[in-house]
Amino acid sequence: MTDTLQEHADPTLHKGEPLVEMTNVGKTYGAIRALKGINLEVNAGEVTCVLGDNGAGKSTLIKIISGLHPHNEGTVKVDGEEVHFSSPRDSLNHGIATVYQDLAVVSLMEVWRNFFLGSEMAGSKFPLSGMKINDMKRIADEELRKMGIVVKDIDQPIGTLSGGQRQCVAIARAVYFGARVLILDEPTAALGVKQSGVVLKYTAAARDAGLGVVFITHNPHHAYLVGNHFIILKLGQAVLDKKRSEVALDELTRQMAGGDELTELAHELESTRT
Amino acid sequence: MSTPVKTAPPTPAEASNRVQVSWTTRLLGRPEVGALVAAIVIFIFFLIVAPAFRTPAAFFTVLYQASTIGIVAVGVGMLMIGGEFDLSAGVLVTSAGLLNGMFCYELGLNLWVGVIIALIFCLGVGFINGYLVMRTGIPSFLITLGMFFVLQGANLGVTKVVTGSVSSPNINQMDGYAALNFIFAHEFKIGSISLSITVIWWLLFVVLSAWILQRTKIGNWIFAVGGNAASARAVGVPVNRVKIGLFMTVSFLCWFTGMHYLYRFNTLQAGNGVGNEFLYIIAAVVGGTLLTGGYGNAWGVAIGAFIFGMVSLCIVYAGWDPNWFKAFLGVMLLLAVMVNLYVKRLSTLRKVG
Repeated sequence: MTDTLQEHADPTLHKGEPLVEMTNVGKTYGAIRALKGINLEVNAGEVTCVLGDNGAGKSTLIKIISGLHPHNEGTVKVDGEEVHFSSPRDSLNHGIATVYQDLAVVSLMEVWRNFFLGSEMAGSKFPLSGMKINDMKRIADEELRKMGIVVKDIDQPIGTLSGGQRQCVAIARAVYFGARVLILDEPTAALGVKQSGVVLKYTAAARDAGLGVVFITHNPHHAYLVGNHFIILKLGQAVLDKKRSEVALDELTRQMAGGDELTELAHELESTRT
Repeated sequence: MSTPVKTAPPTPAEASNRVQVSWTTRLLGRPEVGALVAAIVIFIFFLIVAPAFRTPAAFFTVLYQASTIGIVAVGVGMLMIGGEFDLSAGVLVTSAGLLNGMFCYELGLNLWVGVIIALIFCLGVGFINGYLVMRTGIPSFLITLGMFFVLQGANLGVTKVVTGSVSSPNINQMDGYAALNFIFAHEFKIGSISLSITVIWWLLFVVLSAWILQRTKIGNWIFAVGGNAASARAVGVPVNRVKIGLFMTVSFLCWFTGMHYLYRFNTLQAGNGVGNEFLYIIAAVVGGTLLTGGYGNAWGVAIGAFIFGMVSLCIVYAGWDPNWFKAFLGVMLLLAVMVNLYVKRLSTLRKVG
């Protein structure tokens, strides 16, 4: 598994080198503030975990990095240069690939067409030149096998795969197309224990291959298994921002479960019981 | 981009998991199968009930009739796979012919000038359709319905102002007529059979469309923008350009058909073309194109147009009242939609292995 990644990973990546730096980033949708004062650094060979409850601003953060919605406060730097993404293509061109929670696949299309969507292998530059269909099918099949997904028929519509398999296709696709920064939006949310394990192993392998990974989740256990750095968002702001060495799983879990609010709630419930 | 892997994949058992899907399942998964079966049944039916249909000449007349709808249907089918509608296609055909005819006649210009101007006009209409749909987010059904009425009104209004009647002037004595007549409306005589050049153009467009849809990255993008535009955008497919391009493809083919009518009949009625937009859509749907986008193919649309041509003429060959044609078309459409629904369920829920 790791071999595949090493093969495709950009050889110029050096562990610890900052790939994406966000400073004081904020986002407002009209009068609604979705994010405020976010500082986030994605380093090569590290996993940055972003945790938070529903509506905490995780999705907005991803949309900024992946170019779907531009930020309107603060600065975003990629490889030391300030950027302002205007489209997902922009962000992809900077080597940032995103695997979305809602599984960015087109369900009626075949597995191999989905795998290569947006990065098709064409015979030449001419827009009407034929795609190398046999190569594309073979590569898609091989890449998926390396992730431990055996699709029964590479020509089947991707909608016939399980949610976990679709997730893996999306991740394999991003890695295969030479992403330097991989953004995983709740990759384990819809998965069973075993398939979560596959995804987490692959995340770790991507990290070891030198990619910068942003791992968005609301499961602190999954985050702690792979993360180097943890950020917890609440109502659009960071309430915790610590390195792995500074934080224990207990604290993450407690913060995610509600943290101080939970303690207060416990006191209140305690007092009403008597 | 990648190097082939030499080592055997370490993960799950190979052969036991790999399933060869039976050919019947594969066949049923194709969009045009329903239409093909219907076409064969209708063909045999009319061979039995309409003796006049049993000649090669009649068959080529059917092909001609099919091509007049089929050429635009090629574009409409692609547009529908891309998830959009175009209701202005029927009258745009007439607009193109009228513009060419009147412009050149009134100014005494070579007909080629008018051909080019009509082309630019049509591409412009397609662009406006596409741009408005993508820019405003209003469903294409409404945008192109508006365009339909604008063009229908303008066709009649402008023709009345320019010529004083509701038909365009006869252009068959003007410069450039002979060459244009050959390109757009020539009839090849093979014995008693006459083969219209539009049939050849039609097949050419169908093959090109089939190639684009199945074999090129643009085809991949067309299926993707129709199947799930948000996903397509997220992986970097230029959704707006693809959709605007599709609207312009339809309007290009409208221009082509408009040119055919003009150079075949030399004069056009300004009220023509109304209602044809539905024939294009019916051809596409009967051919297995999913109304909601993301599914279909060029062969299916061609078969849909062929069924249209066959039925519209064979009702006459069989000596029936032609008024029944529309009723028949309606029944075909309903059947097609139901077959499509069934086939789609079969192909997406199929259990392999």
